[in-house]
Amino acid sequence: MKYVRLIWANLKRKKIRTTLTIGSFVVALFLYGLLVTIRGAFTGGIEVAGADRLVIINKISLIMPLPYSYKERLVQTAGVKQVTFATWFGGVYQDERNFFPQFSVEHESWRVMYPEYVIAPEQWAALEADRQGCVAGRALAKRFGWKVGDRIPLRGTIWPGTWEFNLRAIYAGTRPEDDETQFWFRYDYLEERRAFGKGTVGWYVLRVADPDQSVEVAKGLDERFSNSAWETKTEPEKAFAASFVKQMGNIEFLVMTIGSVVFFTLLLVAGNTMAISVRERVGELAVLKTVGFSDRSVLGLVLAEALLIAGQGGIIGLGLAKLFTLGGDPTGGLLGVFYLPFSSLVLGFLLTLTVGAVAGLLPAIGAMRLKVVDALRRV
Amino acid sequence: MIRVDGKGDGNGLIRVRNLDKKYQRGSEEIHVLQGLNLDADAGDFVAFMGPSGSGKTTLLNLVGGLDVPSSGSITVAGDEITALSTGKLTAWRARHVGFIFQMYNLIPVLNAFQNVELPLLLTRLSRAERRKHVETALDLVGLADRMTHYPRQLSGGQEQRVAIARAIIADPTFLLCDEPTGDLDRKSADEIMNLIGRLVHEHGKTVLMVTHDPRAAERAEAVLHLEKGVLVEAAGVAA
Repeated sequence: MKYVRLIWANLKRKKIRTTLTIGSFVVALFLYGLLVTIRGAFTGGIEVAGADRLVIINKISLIMPLPYSYKERLVQTAGVKQVTFATWFGGVYQDERNFFPQFSVEHESWRVMYPEYVIAPEQWAALEADRQGCVAGRALAKRFGWKVGDRIPLRGTIWPGTWEFNLRAIYAGTRPEDDETQFWFRYDYLEERRAFGKGTVGWYVLRVADPDQSVEVAKGLDERFSNSAWETKTEPEKAFAASFVKQMGNIEFLVMTIGSVVFFTLLLVAGNTMAISVRERVGELAVLKTVGFSDRSVLGLVLAEALLIAGQGGIIGLGLAKLFTLGGDPTGGLLGVFYLPFSSLVLGFLLTLTVGAVAGLLPAIGAMRLKVVDALRRV
Repeated sequence: MIRVDGKGDGNGLIRVRNLDKKYQRGSEEIHVLQGLNLDADAGDFVAFMGPSGSGKTTLLNLVGGLDVPSSGSITVAGDEITALSTGKLTAWRARHVGFIFQMYNLIPVLNAFQNVELPLLLTRLSRAERRKHVETALDLVGLADRMTHYPRQLSGGQEQRVAIARAIIADPTFLLCDEPTGDLDRKSADEIMNLIGRLVHEHGKTVLMVTHDPRAAERAEAVLHLEKGVLVEAAGVAA
């Protein structure tokens, strides 16, 4: 602690330079926070996917349906605890830019399968009583200003015509990462109105009794439906969510690439600043050594300066990013989950300190190796 | 008593024997110091004079443990410093040597108090104890009322007094002064030399000083003249 004043005084030596360097960390860490949040918006489903849930899709493609008749067979399968299903609707609300995921679901079993999405009992009762009833996520309802009781028209793209729904419930996720931008409506309404595809569903979701048996159950199911007209592909919900995300492009790669470039640039900026800072006060470092500061102490002082700059910038940048994400999805609902988790903040801070340490290391080693006599000659 | 004949009994504070320092500049070998001997007791005040490049500062650096000789030995208070590792030499320096430079070499971002406190950061003294020591040292050099001033807010003479306070704060065994008045006007130079004189006569400090200033040198008990690394004249030394 007694060295803090010395370190702090050195940082205040060139206030503008220190501020700009801290600023570069702020910008980089703010960007990191946003990138992580955006990545989470795309891959959040993977993170929160249930470990005991399996998803069955048509072996040919996700867009190919499966027969409704499979449901009873799945229910009776050993190791399967619960079954539900959903079908992608793909409707348009007012304008195609207003995209949000819409599923036709078997509402009773869906609710049992996804207890993490909570619906008020009276709203649930209203949904059960209304075949045209629908449920919107809290964020989605907020995005369009919907209230329970509103009538919501969607223009069908797979099944043409205007489909009208009554908003009977608004669900909320129990975890910050839960997607609250989905729109569900009753399967029986779809089945009643659609002109084709009757008796089919988009995919099934199963809950297995023992997650350790997931692989065996999945394999058994696919074997069971092999050589049928509707062959299946069963995989853990996590893998399903990941493949779904992959269809949108390699978000992970994109985020990692941008993040790496940002941090590498930051490393160069911070490294250059520290190198200049050390070069400017070679004489002072020599004086420190003259009065008895060891080589390691000098190394530590320079490193501590770099870490302090990085740490301050990191905390401010991450704090701003967190504040920004607390304001909600800036795209108005395109990003399902807009949440910067604490673990990412910690990781970001550790990354900041790593960059600070690496940036300060070479100048610090230079300061450590400084020969007092040579340095004093330069004063 | 100061001796330069290498015949001291070895009980003195500083004992230098056959000190040699060479530098290699390209293919050329530069002999900065050659076969120098010196014995000084506690409380002695020695001035080194001579033209630039005569080896005065090099001698000071060697005795202060800032540089290592090519051959010969330096023993201070029983420690042969030429045999110490870099790490041990640094610790030894902190304990035994106070440095005073021509250009003061204060840290510009620290105020007078913080500059003087620097050597004490390496000790186990508490903050309150450090404060007490610093206040005493600054009082001794007459700058008790300038504690919060930064070097840029002080005159050259005041800066040098802060540097002296920093040099004596850890109560070193001896002081090494490299042209302490070289950058000062006459009045300030006299004040600094008065202060150094007080440290010798009132506080029993041993001082080795390099200077070009004859008025400063005449304050010392012994004046040694160096030329091309060799002692050419010595006044005030034991025969």
